Amino acid sequence: MAALPPSSSARARAAARKKRLGRALMAAPLVVLLLAFLVYPVGQLLALSVWGKAGFSLAAYQQLFASPLYFNVMLITLKISFFTTVLSVVGGYPIAYLISVASPERKATLLFWVLLSFWTSFLVRAFAWIVILGRRGVLNHLLTSLGIIDTPADLLYNFGSVLVGMVHALMPLAILTMLAVMENIDRTLPRAASTLGARPGTAFWKIYFPLSLPGVAAAAIMVFVTAIGFFIVPALLGGRRETMITQLIIDQVLQTLNWGFAGAISVLLLLVVLVVFVLYDKLLGLSSMTGTSAPRAATARPQGFGHRIGDAILTLLGDVSDRIIAVFPRGRRDGAKPPRPLVAFVWIVLVLMSLPAVLMIPLSFGSGGLNWPPQGFTLQWYREMLDSPVWAQALTRSLLVGLGTGVLSMLIGTPAAFLLVRGDMRGKGAMLAFVLSPIVVPRMIIAVGLFYMFARIGLVGTALGLVLGHTVVAVPYVVMTMMAVLRNYDTRLDLAAQSLGARPLATLRYVTLPILGAGMMSSFLFAFATSFDELTIALFASGGLNATLPKQFWDEVTLQVSPVIAAVSTCLFVFIAVLIFAADRLRRRSVAS
Amino acid sequence: MSSSSLTVHGLAKRYGEFVALAPTSLDVPAGEFLTLLGPSGSGKTTLLSLIAGLATPDEGEVRIGGADVTYRPPYERDLGMVFQNYALFPHMTIEDNIAFPLKMRKVGAAEARKRAAEALEMVRLPHVAKRFPRELSGGQQQRIALARCLVYRPSIILMDEPLGALDKKLREQMQLEIKRIHRELATTIIYVTHDQEEAMTMSDRICLMNAGRIEQLGAPGDLYFRPRTVFVADFLGESNLLPARISATAGETLDIALAAGAGTGQAISNGAPLAAGADVTVMVRPQNITVRAPVDGSGKLKGRLADVMVTGSLTKLYLDAVTPGLPPLIAAYPTRSLSDEHRIGDLLELDWQAADAVAIADAGAH
Ligand SMILES: Nc1ncnc2c1ncn2[C@@H]1O[C@H](COP(=O)(O)OP(=O)(O)OP(=O)(O)O)[C@@H](O)[C@H]1O
Ligand SMILES: [Mg+2]
Repeated sequence: MAALPPSSSARARAAARKKRLGRALMAAPLVVLLLAFLVYPVGQLLALSVWGKAGFSLAAYQQLFASPLYFNVMLITLKISFFTTVLSVVGGYPIAYLISVASPERKATLLFWVLLSFWTSFLVRAFAWIVILGRRGVLNHLLTSLGIIDTPADLLYNFGSVLVGMVHALMPLAILTMLAVMENIDRTLPRAASTLGARPGTAFWKIYFPLSLPGVAAAAIMVFVTAIGFFIVPALLGGRRETMITQLIIDQVLQTLNWGFAGAISVLLLLVVLVVFVLYDKLLGLSSMTGTSAPRAATARPQGFGHRIGDAILTLLGDVSDRIIAVFPRGRRDGAKPPRPLVAFVWIVLVLMSLPAVLMIPLSFGSGGLNWPPQGFTLQWYREMLDSPVWAQALTRSLLVGLGTGVLSMLIGTPAAFLLVRGDMRGKGAMLAFVLSPIVVPRMIIAVGLFYMFARIGLVGTALGLVLGHTVVAVPYVVMTMMAVLRNYDTRLDLAAQSLGARPLATLRYVTLPILGAGMMSSFLFAFATSFDELTIALFASGGLNATLPKQFWDEVTLQVSPVIAAVSTCLFVFIAVLIFAADRLRRRSVAS
Repeated sequence: MSSSSLTVHGLAKRYGEFVALAPTSLDVPAGEFLTLLGPSGSGKTTLLSLIAGLATPDEGEVRIGGADVTYRPPYERDLGMVFQNYALFPHMTIEDNIAFPLKMRKVGAAEARKRAAEALEMVRLPHVAKRFPRELSGGQQQRIALARCLVYRPSIILMDEPLGALDKKLREQMQLEIKRIHRELATTIIYVTHDQEEAMTMSDRICLMNAGRIEQLGAPGDLYFRPRTVFVADFLGESNLLPARISATAGETLDIALAAGAGTGQAISNGAPLAAGADVTVMVRPQNITVRAPVDGSGKLKGRLADVMVTGSLTKLYLDAVTPGLPPLIAAYPTRSLSDEHRIGDLLELDWQAADAVAIADAGAH
């Protein structure tokens, strides 16, 4: 056979090789980061549960199952997480619904309050509840002055206070997750149903509600998984009987230094999370987690019994709602407007959601400590805050770590997002699951794993360690927001620019970046804010002296509840409000241009 | 005369200061195919949603079959609406989509299935019952939307640009389908479109809208050949619009003098009363203008040929009037051969018959 000239197929192979290399380079930083600072430390921690200094041993597990204590703590954890999830989703649904159907201006207002709560530090919000529910707090003052009770009641340190704090902490997350799905529901569908003869209740329950279910499911799993790994609220607002599983891990690491046992608890926690995810996947399909595609159940072939029962329930709900609505007289009102009771409910919840942090403001200027009502006016607490070098250092450090995290997450996350959106490769689903894994693995496990690893390579107490740790937990959000941004970007614009003579760099500079700018900015802010409010990793990795702001806050709150903290809370709250306001302005400007 | 199926009286809608629909009255007899035509933003969708009950009017009333339904919700109006984007329920099968309105009317499950199958038969898609909307092509989804609307036999069907998203061929097929169904079921159809040709071929009457009001309502031929306003003449098809003044009237026929002393001639009135001395615009359709080569003053106007366009069956001549102050003119005739006898720059004699020139009173005239 005659030798072929250097064929075009060889050139095509070379080009393909180059393309593969390019892809690998785009994904490599993220993969390396997650392998080194997620998979390795978490794996090591899990291994520690069976592999101690004395070799293989199941002692940790024996200890775990020997006493009913740990089993009970797990049960409490599940119970709190379950009720938190139900209340957050059920309470958040009307809010997300109202936001999704509101006019643009109204939407911006409603969304501002949700975002403000979402971004206000968990610590600030939990601290606020201590003040509100305390014996000399707002609620007791209100109840006694209304004459409902004679002596202040014990409202703190019980199941109720933990639940209030947890729901308050996680409802914004539920709302935003559901909103992402609801925004994509075609608004003509319920109207079409009404022209076909469906009354409002039926149109809602049989058309809108089934279409919003993917959002409900995604919100439920996000809230549940976050709740199960939470420790701030139960630690600050709960009593001994509300101890959650993550608090046990903290105790093991910080007090008894029992790594093996911490590892065993982590394994238990991870298993529970895994079971939850498997159940979720069986029922709804994991791809619905990101809220981008409908869950399997909603689009599966209508099959037999389960489907008919669901349908019957929805029909019944529709009928009942329609009967209730029919009781109220119908005026000449516009059918497009949401019903008044709904609007009232939403505003009440939104006020309750924002009020705790807002109440910190008058308290921080009061001279009477943290008792309600505030007395006098003083700047003393602010002066103390500014005079103390620890707060200033903590702030500097948090800003530094936040900026570092933002930059590093963008550098690592953006190419990966490009690859996931534009690249045509196999295993995209697996890659995405890997990228999202830092959200799924309870933060506490990552934190303890990193602590163990950092301790041995001397990264504890360094800014670099914190930046790395925070990047691991922030990068999934960056990838997700950047993917959304890139999906909406019309790549033909790049081609158009190139056809007009722009070289790749010029295209990037004059076309791509200006258009993507707002999206990149919000990704960056997301990463920054995640780091700025991060406590779990900082709790261990920032060491004793180089605390970040949340760590400093935590140390102070667990030591004593002082008005200085109210001053710090106020500053943080105002800072976040300004940031959200500025980000919104930025977004509007980029939309307008 | 057939009974009136839909009556709209003084219906108006404002958004803040902006008037989306000025007080509008309309009477649609049962079984009519009425098309709402007009430029973007002229209030077609607004009128349709007021009729459907998807928006509440600021004044006026809507009657269906004689009953006042102005403030009744959509689900009590017994009408059907085909949305521009089809609005099929993505979480239901085609069958469930079509059976939905029957269920809302408490029709039994077996009966509903039977009638859904019949409706599918009618739109010629009996095999897709178990599929989901996203498993159908655009044209098929369109037909399902139609079937969902037909299945409960509403007395009125509203369609908002139902064929907007389809390609030309599918569009024409669907036009025939809709016409056939309209004939077979004898329902009243109110149809919104941007497409003039579609409006001309499908409608019993056309309601031409502009800036929130009805500009003219009548049979397609009326609108085309007897436009009431310059806007109508300009909007429907191509036209030559020449400013003129009436010098004398004799019944339907008018003597006119073209502006700038370009010449005199005769025109017919569009039905509106016109007095001598009134300023008018004379409309002549391009296909009614004849051109001749040596310029001998025997025609109505002289024009210099600026451009020639052969659009398949038609040859169009673009001419500049020799008299200043007149707009450019278009003449058209069936293309006879590839090489045309007229050259760019030629001076030509333009002529038309009095019966083809329609005088339209200028807006400020009354
Ligand atoms: N909700 C609203 N708020 C404010 N203005 C509106 C609203 N809905 C419609 N309008 C305005 O009312 C006018 C009429 O709108 P309508 O939708 O009826 O036009 P249309 O004739 O259907 O146009 P198109 O052919 O583009 O669909 C438009 O100028 C539109 O901007
Ligand atoms: Mg419209």
